[in-house]
Amino acid sequence: MALRQCAIYGKGGIGKSTTTQNLVAALAEAGKKVMIVGCDPKADSTRLILHSKAQTTVMHLAAEAGSVEDLELEDVLSVGYGDVKCVESGGPEPGVGCAGRGVITAINFLEEEGAYDEDLDFVFYDVLGDVVCGGFAMPIRENKAQEIYIVVSGEMMAMFAANNIAKGIVKYASSGGVRLAGLICNSRNTAREDELIEELARQLGTQMIHFVPRDNEVQRAEIRRMTVIEYNSKAKQADEYRALAQKVVDNKLFVVPTPLTMDALEEVMMSFGILEEEDESIVGKTAEELAAEAATA
Amino acid sequence: MATMTREETEALIQEVLEVYPEGARAERAKHLTANDQDVDKSSKCVTSNRKSLPGTMTIRGCAYAGSKGVVWGPIKDMIHISHGPVGCGQYSRAGRRNYYVGTTGVNTFGTMNFTSDFQEKDIVFGGDKKLTKLIEEVETLFPLNKGISVQSECPIGLIGDDIEAVSKKAAATLNKPVVPVRCEGFRGVSQSLGHHIANDAIRDHMLDKNTREGSPYDVAIIGDYNIGGDAWATRTILEEMGLNVVAQWSGDGTVEEMQNTPSVKLNLLHCYRSMNYISRHMEEKFGIPWMEYNFFGPTKIEESIRKIAAHFDETVQANAEKVIDKYKPLMQAIIDKYKPRLEGKKVMLYVGGLRPRHVIGAYEDLGMEVVGTGYEFGHNDDYDRTIKEMGNATLIYDDVTGYEFEEFVKKVKPDMIGSGIKEKYIFQKMGIPFRQMHSWDYSGPYHGYDGFAIFARDMDMTLNNPCWGKLKAPWKPSEESDAESAAA
Repeated sequence: MALRQCAIYGKGGIGKSTTTQNLVAALAEAGKKVMIVGCDPKADSTRLILHSKAQTTVMHLAAEAGSVEDLELEDVLSVGYGDVKCVESGGPEPGVGCAGRGVITAINFLEEEGAYDEDLDFVFYDVLGDVVCGGFAMPIRENKAQEIYIVVSGEMMAMFAANNIAKGIVKYASSGGVRLAGLICNSRNTAREDELIEELARQLGTQMIHFVPRDNEVQRAEIRRMTVIEYNSKAKQADEYRALAQKVVDNKLFVVPTPLTMDALEEVMMSFGILEEEDESIVGKTAEELAAEAATA
Repeated sequence: MATMTREETEALIQEVLEVYPEGARAERAKHLTANDQDVDKSSKCVTSNRKSLPGTMTIRGCAYAGSKGVVWGPIKDMIHISHGPVGCGQYSRAGRRNYYVGTTGVNTFGTMNFTSDFQEKDIVFGGDKKLTKLIEEVETLFPLNKGISVQSECPIGLIGDDIEAVSKKAAATLNKPVVPVRCEGFRGVSQSLGHHIANDAIRDHMLDKNTREGSPYDVAIIGDYNIGGDAWATRTILEEMGLNVVAQWSGDGTVEEMQNTPSVKLNLLHCYRSMNYISRHMEEKFGIPWMEYNFFGPTKIEESIRKIAAHFDETVQANAEKVIDKYKPLMQAIIDKYKPRLEGKKVMLYVGGLRPRHVIGAYEDLGMEVVGTGYEFGHNDDYDRTIKEMGNATLIYDDVTGYEFEEFVKKVKPDMIGSGIKEKYIFQKMGIPFRQMHSWDYSGPYHGYDGFAIFARDMDMTLNNPCWGKLKAPWKPSEESDAESAAA
């Protein structure tokens, strides 16, 4: 099986790292050889696989050693549950330096050191919430991730973010092979969430590859720094991640997305009642002014 | 070629513009003009200080060049840290020939390169800790430094290094100026913004320490970078006039001189472009008047000496006349010697801050004519000052492109070109005598009476060098033999 490289994007806090690690654990359980590359200075993309607080990152090791050229691959690779290989790009604490450059440096290092040459089946890039600069688009540039999964929920801002990410994919799709592979709905138990995300996926030209229901078993596993697959493999939620994993393995639907216009997206949300029709007459008016108007009416 | 008429000059501009695509042609047309002395505001005929067009080979530099290279770099007893990767500092090191006295590496540091030498990890994790360490090391290794400036290279602005916080802390610890300068190269359209940023940093960090009691004859030389010793030649004249030169900004200048400048009675501004900002500030804050002067060639020097003296009492004014009288015969001897060899020769200039207008008088003293001039990074106020200096219908070109300059030269056929290192070899290969007018071609000074002697000698040496007669390929018929065969 040829190596498949996948990047996971989505709004910050949506559950990208948790979903990625549970998905990866399910793939590993099924015998796939997988590597996770964390592309977030917080370095929390591998903790459930490694049972660690935060893995020592490429950039921190490089800073200690002097430069990234002084590092060897085995210095930065850790192996965890199911022989999953883990790397964290790392980066500065908030407010200094350039986290985007850290991602670029770390991924270049992995490539040059041949981290992808071995008999891997999957590489997953777990990327910081917003593609704020070129560094965080690094995983989807040429010869990197070809498949992108967006983690989304039925909340308004998560859907806005998903649509924006789709716009970014269009840019890179036109110059390379990167494609949108599907939306993963990480449920927040909002009303008709599955239908809503199905509709969003349809309009984006893609699929909702799986609906992951909300289950406290995930949190119980997290407290133990474990995936559900490892913590309680008999749990119903573990089966959900197994189903997601199987769908990813079988996935053939890779598309150049058709992002929605702002109006179209708002229309979708309105038709599901999570956004009210805009009332242009109230825009820019203070509470006082509105009260005065109400009194005269 | 004989002097061009307005129609000819305008036709030449149109002809040169023709090769451009429509958009570029419209844009470049605004930067080229035939001089008209009757115009009072240059903005009516030439546009300047705009972004250069991609693909046109501009000669401009960047904001870092304007700050570190021009304004700050010459302050000799400070250590100027090029904060960022090594190249900006290393490839600009000691290139501008700002002469100074002192023991380099002990109490002066002008030709040295100090850099934080950024690596990947400094970009990713920020360079502020490294900067702190660098400042500590600088202080240990070079304890006689009188201050430190932090010159930002591009990445500093991108990653948001807090150089202000580091500098503030270091200044308090060391009890000397540590000045953060936000002169990232990508800011602005040329080095010009770098001058302004540098002036602002001086304003904010260098002018609050004056304890000096002024005397009535105190002046400061502003905007003279002592290239090849220019400021020294200027200083000689001012001192002979009975003036007391308190500070040189910034060629051969020191921290103390700058800090003492608020005590002077008059600021004498040579390079208006790079230091008008600080002159205006000192006028507003300390009530110090400023005046522009021009110490290129005896005519302009005499004018300027009288203009300067008019700000002072009769003693200085009498001295001024004595100085003029003293040097007149010396200058006449130079003119007598060189004018016959240079008379009627035409020059085209393309330089930086003040020289595109200031050196015109020096050429005219030698009987030469400047038939084209332009600024790399001038503003409207520079062109305002240029219109009256240049002959009617002469060429004015702003931010001239490589192509335009070459085509103008082919048509105008000047006897000599004065410009920079990037233009030098192109025109020399075209067989045209050339002088570098940024660095004085490793010669100088050209300012003052002393400078004029060297200027005249250099122009003669270049223009009348026998090598120009040897450039003709032997298989190509000469113009004379063409004429003969045509006549036959």
